Amino acid sequence: MNDYNFAYLDEQTKRMIRRALLKAVAIPGYQVPFASREMPMPYGWGTGGVQVTAACLTPEDVLKVIDQGADDTTNAVSIRKFFQRTAGVATTEHTGEATLIQTRHRIPETTLHEGQILVYQVPIPEPLRFLEPRETETRKMHALEDYGLMHVKLYEDIARHGVIATAYAYPVKVEGRYVMDPSPIPKFDNPKLSDSAALQLFGAGREQRIYALPPYTTVVSLDFEDYPFEPTKADHACALCGSAESYLDEVIMDDAGGRMFVCSDTDYCATRRAEQDKSSAKI
Amino acid sequence: MTPLLQVRGLTKRYGARIGCADVSFDLWPGEVMGIVGESGSGKSTLLNCLAGHLAPDAGRVIFDTRADGSRDTVTMPEPERRMLGRTDWAFVHQNPRDGLRMGVSAGGNVGERLMAVGARNYGGIRATALDWLGRVEIAADRVDDRPSSFSGGMQQRLQIARNLVTGPRLVFMDEPTGGLDVSVQARLLDLLRGLVRRMGLSAIIVTHDLAVVRLLADRLMVMKSGLVVESGLTDQVLDDPQHAYTQLLVSSVLQV
Amino acid sequence: MYVAVKGGERAIENAHAFLAEDRRGDPAVPELSVAQIREQMALAVNRVMAEGSLYDPDLAALAIKQARGDLIEAIFLIRAYRTTLPRFGSSKPLDTGAMACHRRISATFKDAPGGQVLGPTFDYTHRLLDFKLMAEGEAPVAPVAEPRREPTPHITEFLNKDGMIEEEAQSDAMPPDLTREPLELPADRALRLQSITRGDEGFILGMAYSTQRGYARNHAFVAELRIGTCSVEMEIPELGFAVEIGEVTLTECETVNQFKGSKTEPAQFTRGYGLVFGQTERKAIAMALVDRALRWKELGEDNSGAPAQDEEFVLYHADNIQATGFLEHIKLPHYVDFQSELELVRKLRAGVPEALREAAE
Repeated sequence: MNDYNFAYLDEQTKRMIRRALLKAVAIPGYQVPFASREMPMPYGWGTGGVQVTAACLTPEDVLKVIDQGADDTTNAVSIRKFFQRTAGVATTEHTGEATLIQTRHRIPETTLHEGQILVYQVPIPEPLRFLEPRETETRKMHALEDYGLMHVKLYEDIARHGVIATAYAYPVKVEGRYVMDPSPIPKFDNPKLSDSAALQLFGAGREQRIYALPPYTTVVSLDFEDYPFEPTKADHACALCGSAESYLDEVIMDDAGGRMFVCSDTDYCATRRAEQDKSSAKI
Repeated sequence: MTPLLQVRGLTKRYGARIGCADVSFDLWPGEVMGIVGESGSGKSTLLNCLAGHLAPDAGRVIFDTRADGSRDTVTMPEPERRMLGRTDWAFVHQNPRDGLRMGVSAGGNVGERLMAVGARNYGGIRATALDWLGRVEIAADRVDDRPSSFSGGMQQRLQIARNLVTGPRLVFMDEPTGGLDVSVQARLLDLLRGLVRRMGLSAIIVTHDLAVVRLLADRLMVMKSGLVVESGLTDQVLDDPQHAYTQLLVSSVLQV
Repeated sequence: MYVAVKGGERAIENAHAFLAEDRRGDPAVPELSVAQIREQMALAVNRVMAEGSLYDPDLAALAIKQARGDLIEAIFLIRAYRTTLPRFGSSKPLDTGAMACHRRISATFKDAPGGQVLGPTFDYTHRLLDFKLMAEGEAPVAPVAEPRREPTPHITEFLNKDGMIEEEAQSDAMPPDLTREPLELPADRALRLQSITRGDEGFILGMAYSTQRGYARNHAFVAELRIGTCSVEMEIPELGFAVEIGEVTLTECETVNQFKGSKTEPAQFTRGYGLVFGQTERKAIAMALVDRALRWKELGEDNSGAPAQDEEFVLYHADNIQATGFLEHIKLPHYVDFQSELELVRKLRAGVPEALREAAE
């Protein structure tokens, strides 16, 4: 793969993406169109995130890639390998050690620090898409801050179900201006979007959009005063590390439908267990 | 007292054809103005220019805004005009399908304007929606039903509730009773008259039906080929029409 | 005791090895060469070049071999490779009037300068399986005619001379480039044509067919369909003049469509246009029909609400690489999203008896 440029993309393309990123950082939550390239992985499999990562990576970076919170799910492995081969950067599974983290559908449990970049893979960047299928119309709605329809959707949820029936990709408002899709993270993760020390970048390859949350941006999940936003998770503790704070995956154990709950963030879980082993060894 | 709306020299052309030409009038707070004429007379073009749905080629539409006093809505930036459209203005379409969200419950339809201007209390929004459904004589237990399951008359009443819920000061109505059968029309007219009087609304109603203006409008403009050919107090124009075209309109109704 | 799933990396490697073995098939059967695919699967190669937006028959053949004959996968390989190629410049506009045609037909005039040249077409074959091809055999040698020396004029030009067809607007403006700029709407015709020419053949065919069945019918006649080679010229700044850098095979289709006219304008025929890499006849005709349907606004026609008139619908859904990627991504892990939905549905179901109880009180 040495025939390819550092991190696959040529420098002109990276410059183009960086210009879009700068604009996105300057207007938090605004979707900047960019000329997404065809990548050697399919659209919908993280091409937006991969292009943003490629445009941000330097040879000194330490890269972490997660999918569903885990470092070893197939797509995370595939993307990590891609950058190992095309950029030769160091990789890690430890959230704290990474300078750049590409993620699909989760925000790490460990609090991010300044200088870190979190890159999200985004399938549908438009939070209004399923209310209004036309791009020409939704762009106008954003421009005119015409967001009444968004709350109508939440109203309809409560009228029908008694609660806001959105569990992931829960819409947020950024700095009181743009309504944004946080990518399909569970709403449990939404509070971590706000006031984060890390730079958060969102790439949607197929839909040709980039958007961003600069560090310490205020991000509010949409709700009603009397039906406030609730970051929910399974009402269990992790069966492996015992954490009651982390987001849990449900695993089916046997044919009888037995199940257990374990941390979706594999690094968080493994780190906790290593610490528990250490302290029990000391005793 | 300032007029609520001052229209000066409003003109709209479609290529060589005239939509409406050089229309000027004042509308005072609490006043209901009827615009009558046959189809193709330019009355709908005029209404759409007034409401900001069409850009006129010339003329001014000056509205007395709550915040900044008199503003020309033709030259006003689009975001401000849209804001007017969901606060001080309301627009009732002839076909309720154009003015309602058919896939959203009745409560959601009424609540949308409230939420668009910042209402964020579900209980409050729902209570207001229920109150308005009552005012337009829709049973409270239909609040979670979609308008697609409503009759034509109910849909039209729902559209009116959806428009009036934010307490607009000016309502544009395009043939609000068109497409309804006669008994339903009468009930709707009754309801509209009550609401307009009680809320002290100003309204501009476009219709080809002289019975509608007779019942609702204080003043009348008669349009033909894009021009206003006669205007005045409703009773005066209808009882003593001066222009030949108005005479024809009135007589053709009386003959029926 | 449950152990968190590990070994994604090894599983992937094993899957790749399995794939490589399967791709080769039975090793007792001789392996296909890239040259064999290029020569004997030429229409598949053409489709991959057209939708891959890269004219290179050898690479297209390689992609087909690697993709085990899955043409969309092969197109995908070509597109990804294309991303890595530096762009040195752009060619001069091709002159399809100077095309060396090996097929050229008109459905509107029985004869015209340049004549009707059938060329290598399936059109008049009977679609009967030829079992002789199961045994290896030599192909018969086709008779050869003297090639035409002078350029073959476009049929629509004859109509244009009398003002019978709308004038095609000439412009030296640099057209927008779909592969360098994000698609933004409204799109001009140049951008629409770019999108359609690399769009999925099946999708464009379906859209075109829908216009014929009445969803924005535009009464198309194939004024001309020509297939042949065109030389590609490029200005070399250091030389100061254009030089020929190669040759491409193209299929061009021009349709003559329903006339329009009004009280002020005399009736005139209108045009639809298709131009596609390689011998890709079905695609070029379909492209011309879709192009024509999308022109409703500039021609002052009604929007009948037909899908083929809807620029946003057609352009956003024509690309099979975008479509297949997004379609197939739903087989990727969605544990987290599904878990959150699972929690929600449990919560909603738990709430129901309670609400019913309240209502009963």
